[in-house]
Amino acid sequence: METMNVQSVTPNDMPWKIRYDASRCTLCGSCVAACSFRAIECKVERRRMVFSETELPEPKQRFSAVPVIRQVKSIKHYCRGCGICEKVCPNEAIRPERNIDTRHPVLIRCLHGEAIKRGGRKNLEAVMRTLDKIRVARISQMTDPSLDAQRHSFDLLAPFGRILPPKKLPMGVTPEGLLEVNRQTPPVRWVYPVIIGDMSIGALSWRMWEAVAMATAYLNEECGLPVRMCSGEGGVPVRLLKSKYLKYMILQIASGHFGWNRIAKAMPHMIEDPAGILIKIGQGAKPGDGGLLMAAKVAEHIQAIRGVPKADLLSPPNHQGLYSIEESVQKMFLSFNAAFKFRVPVAIKVAASATSVSVFNNLVRDPYNIVGGFFLDGIDGGTGAAHEVSLDHTGHPIVSKLRDCYLAAVAQGRQGQIPLWAAGGLGKTGDLAADAFKMICLGANGVFTGKLILQMAGCVGNEMGRCNACNTGMCPVGITTQEPALVHRLDVERVAQNIVNYFLAMDQELKKLMAPIGNSSLPVGRADALAAIDRGVAEKLQIQYVC
Amino acid sequence: MCRIGAIKSRNFVHPSQALLLMQSQQKGHDNSGFAMVMHDLGGIFAHHKHLPTLSMACTDEGLKLAEDMLHAAGFQRVLQWVPETNPQPGLDINAMPNYVFETFDYPKYFKSATQQEKENLLLDMRLKLRAALEKDEQGFVYSFWPDVATLKEIGDPRDIGTYFNLHEPDGKFTARVITAQCRQNTNYDIVRYAAHPFFLQGYTALANGENTFYLKNVEFQRKLHPGYIGFESDSQCFLYTLHYVHRELGWPLSYYKHVITPLPFEELEQRDDRETLLAIRQSLAHLEINGPNTIIGVLPDSTLFTCCDAKKLRPIVIGRTEDTVVFSSEVCGINEVLPDRDWECDIYPNEREIVTVGNELEVQRWKQ
Repeated sequence: METMNVQSVTPNDMPWKIRYDASRCTLCGSCVAACSFRAIECKVERRRMVFSETELPEPKQRFSAVPVIRQVKSIKHYCRGCGICEKVCPNEAIRPERNIDTRHPVLIRCLHGEAIKRGGRKNLEAVMRTLDKIRVARISQMTDPSLDAQRHSFDLLAPFGRILPPKKLPMGVTPEGLLEVNRQTPPVRWVYPVIIGDMSIGALSWRMWEAVAMATAYLNEECGLPVRMCSGEGGVPVRLLKSKYLKYMILQIASGHFGWNRIAKAMPHMIEDPAGILIKIGQGAKPGDGGLLMAAKVAEHIQAIRGVPKADLLSPPNHQGLYSIEESVQKMFLSFNAAFKFRVPVAIKVAASATSVSVFNNLVRDPYNIVGGFFLDGIDGGTGAAHEVSLDHTGHPIVSKLRDCYLAAVAQGRQGQIPLWAAGGLGKTGDLAADAFKMICLGANGVFTGKLILQMAGCVGNEMGRCNACNTGMCPVGITTQEPALVHRLDVERVAQNIVNYFLAMDQELKKLMAPIGNSSLPVGRADALAAIDRGVAEKLQIQYVC
Repeated sequence: MCRIGAIKSRNFVHPSQALLLMQSQQKGHDNSGFAMVMHDLGGIFAHHKHLPTLSMACTDEGLKLAEDMLHAAGFQRVLQWVPETNPQPGLDINAMPNYVFETFDYPKYFKSATQQEKENLLLDMRLKLRAALEKDEQGFVYSFWPDVATLKEIGDPRDIGTYFNLHEPDGKFTARVITAQCRQNTNYDIVRYAAHPFFLQGYTALANGENTFYLKNVEFQRKLHPGYIGFESDSQCFLYTLHYVHRELGWPLSYYKHVITPLPFEELEQRDDRETLLAIRQSLAHLEINGPNTIIGVLPDSTLFTCCDAKKLRPIVIGRTEDTVVFSSEVCGINEVLPDRDWECDIYPNEREIVTVGNELEVQRWKQ
C-alpha cells in the first residue's frame, strides 16, 4: 500500500471532480489542450489484469502501462467546472461533476494564507428572486384598450442627463406666442433604456470589448436602437476616441483613473462628443472592494491603454481625493461637465447600500443641476474580479433600493430630475425584458447590464460556482483573458451578432409588455401596473399584493 | 365609458340644452349621474359676474358651517339662489338636502387686493370649506369662483333634470358656456367629487376615457400645487395639468398638447423647435397621459377647446351654427341641439390637434 498524507490535496477536496471514462476515450488530447486551468493532464497508469486461459481457474496476471486523462491534484490548478473538456471531447468521455463535499473554501485559505479572489458573482443564494415574485398585473381590457405590439408605435427611450424642474426651465414666450429656450440647459440624451454596463478593456479581452463595441455600433447604425455602451474603467482605444462611433460610448472614470490620460490627450481630436461620462464611486457586487485586475491579465496592450506597469491593478474602493457628497458635486462633476463644455451629461454610479437614498437626496437637491444620472448597482451583478468575501457577503439587493430612491424623489416632487438607472442581477434568468420592465414600473428610467452580455458571448459561469475564474486570466471562452490563445477562441462577429439579436428580441418583448398595460411610452413609476405574490415584497415596494 | 359634451353660444343657454345634448347619447353612458359646469353666467347671476359664486350641495348643518366660515373670513353675501326642486316619488336621484348658489362680495380688506391675491383667496376658501364639510358628508363644495356655477348629482340624468326643473328652459339659470357629462365614476367608488367636469381657478376639464398614467400624474401633481387634491377620478389629472401649464407656467394653450401627448422622439427630432419640445417632454414627463381619451376644457376667458390622446382612441365631434358651437362625443347629441346646422361643416378633430372656440365663436385648429 502506498503511503498517504491526509493533508495532501486530492480531487475530492476540490469543488469539481473530473469524471472520465477510459473506455470511450480515444486519447486525442483535445480536453487537455483545451483546459485553460490545466486542471487535467495526461498520465500513465499502471494497470494489473488477472486472467485465466484454462477452463479451470489458473490465475495469471499481466501489468500494463495505460495512458489516461486525470485530474491534477493541485490547489492552484483546480477544476472550475467550466466544462470545456466536455465541449471538445468527440466521445463524451470526460466531464466535470460538482463535488458537494468540497473542502476547497477551507483548504485554499489554509494553504495560501490569503483571501480568496475570484470572478464576480454572488454564489450564496439560489432562492427565488424578488423580481420573479412580481407580475405585470394591470392588463388593459375594455374601457382602456390595450395596444397592439405589432401595429402601434412605441417610444422606448430613457433620459440620460440632468432634467430641470418645470419652473426652472429658461423659457419665454415670443411675440408670436411660441415658447423658446433662451439659455443653455443641461445636456440630456434620450437613449435606449438598456445600457451595456461598464466592463473595461482589461477585465474583458480586447476582442470581447471590440465585439460589444461592434454590436453597439450596429444596433445604432443599422437597427435604429440608440443603445449606449459604457467603457468601464480601463480606457478606450484611441482609434475609437477619434471616430464617429464615440457618440455611442459612455466614458467611465473611477478611482483608479485608468485610461484617462489617453482620453484627455485625445479630446482635441474628438470629432464627436461621447454619449456621457459615468463616474464610478462604487460597484454593487463588491462594494468597498474596488476594482481588481490581477497582474496576470495586465498584458502589454493593457499596460499601454491604461498607462500602467505589469502589476495587480486596484481601483481603490473610494475616491481618495473626495470626502463628501457636496465636494464631489463641486469638484468632480463640475470639472467633467466643464471639460466637455457642458455638452455631455455626467452621471454617477454607486453601489446600492443602506445609505443610497441619502446620497441620492444630496445629489437631487444640488443647486447646480449637474448630476445627470444616478446609476444604482445591486449585489446580484458583477463581472469582474474581487474577494470572495465581498462578492458573497457585502452589498444590497437592487429592487427595493431603487424603489426607495424613486419614492424619495416622489416625496420631494423631484422624480425624473436625476434619471435613475438600475442594475445588479437583472436578466439573471436570461429574460432581461421582464426584469427591465418591472424595474421601470418601480421607478427606474432604465437599466444597465453587464453579466448578461458576457453570457450572450458564451460565458459558461453561473451563480453556483461554475467557472467564476474571470480574475485568473484563464477564461476558457476568451472573454475575460488577455492570453492570445484563449482570446482567439472568441468569434468576434458571432458575439456581436448574438448581442444584436438579443437586443432585437428584447425590444419586441418590451413592446409586448407595454402593449397590454396600454402604454406607448415607458411606464416609469407605474407601480400600479405591478402586483406581488409575496406580501413582504408587496409591502416593501408599495405595490398591490395578489394571490 | 363616458360621453361628454359642451355648448358655447353667443346667447345665454339654459341647462336643458345640455341635458338634451347628453340624453341622446345615453346608450354610451350609464345614466348614473349628471354634472355640469357653467361659465359666463346669465340670468340672475348676470349682474354679479365679477363676484365669486359658491356652488355647493350640503346638509343643513353643512350650510350653516360653510356660511359661518365665509362670514368669519369677511365674505358678504350679495345673492342667494336656491333652485326649486321637484321631489316626485320614484325619481332616481340621490339628492342632498340643499343645493346652494350664493354670490359673495370679497372681504373688505381685499378690496384693493390684486387679482392674483383674490384668486388665491378663493381657492384657499374653497379648500377650507371642502375640508370642513367632508366629515360625515356634510357637503360638497364644487366651485367658488366669479361667473361660474356647478351642479353635480348622482342618479338618472333625466330624473335629475326633473328634480331640478331643468327640462323647462327659463331665463334665470343660464350661461354662455356649459360643459356636461352624464356618468358617475363607476370604476371606483361613487363619490360626488369624482364626477367630471372638474373645476379649478377658472379652468374646467372633462374627459371621456382613461388615463393609464394616472399614478405617475398623481404622484407628481400632489407636489405641484395645493389645489391639486382629491384625485377621485383619473380625469382630474387632465384639469390639473391644464391649470399648471396654462396658469402656473404661463405657457400658451397649444403647449398643453405637447405636455400631455408629446410627439414621438422621431417626429420631434425633425422639428425646428425640437429644443423647446424636448425640454418640455423631459421636465414634464410625469404629466404625460397615456390611454384612450378625449378632453374638453374651458379656460378662464371662456375659450372652449378639445384634444385627444395621441392615438385618437376616443371620439369627439364639433358642430356649429352662426351663434352656437357644440362639442359632443357622439354626433347624435349635436343633431338634437343643432338639427338645422350644415353638418358638412362638422369638425372631427384628429389626434394631433387642439380645436379652440373663442368668444366670437371663431374656431381655430392648432396642429401639434
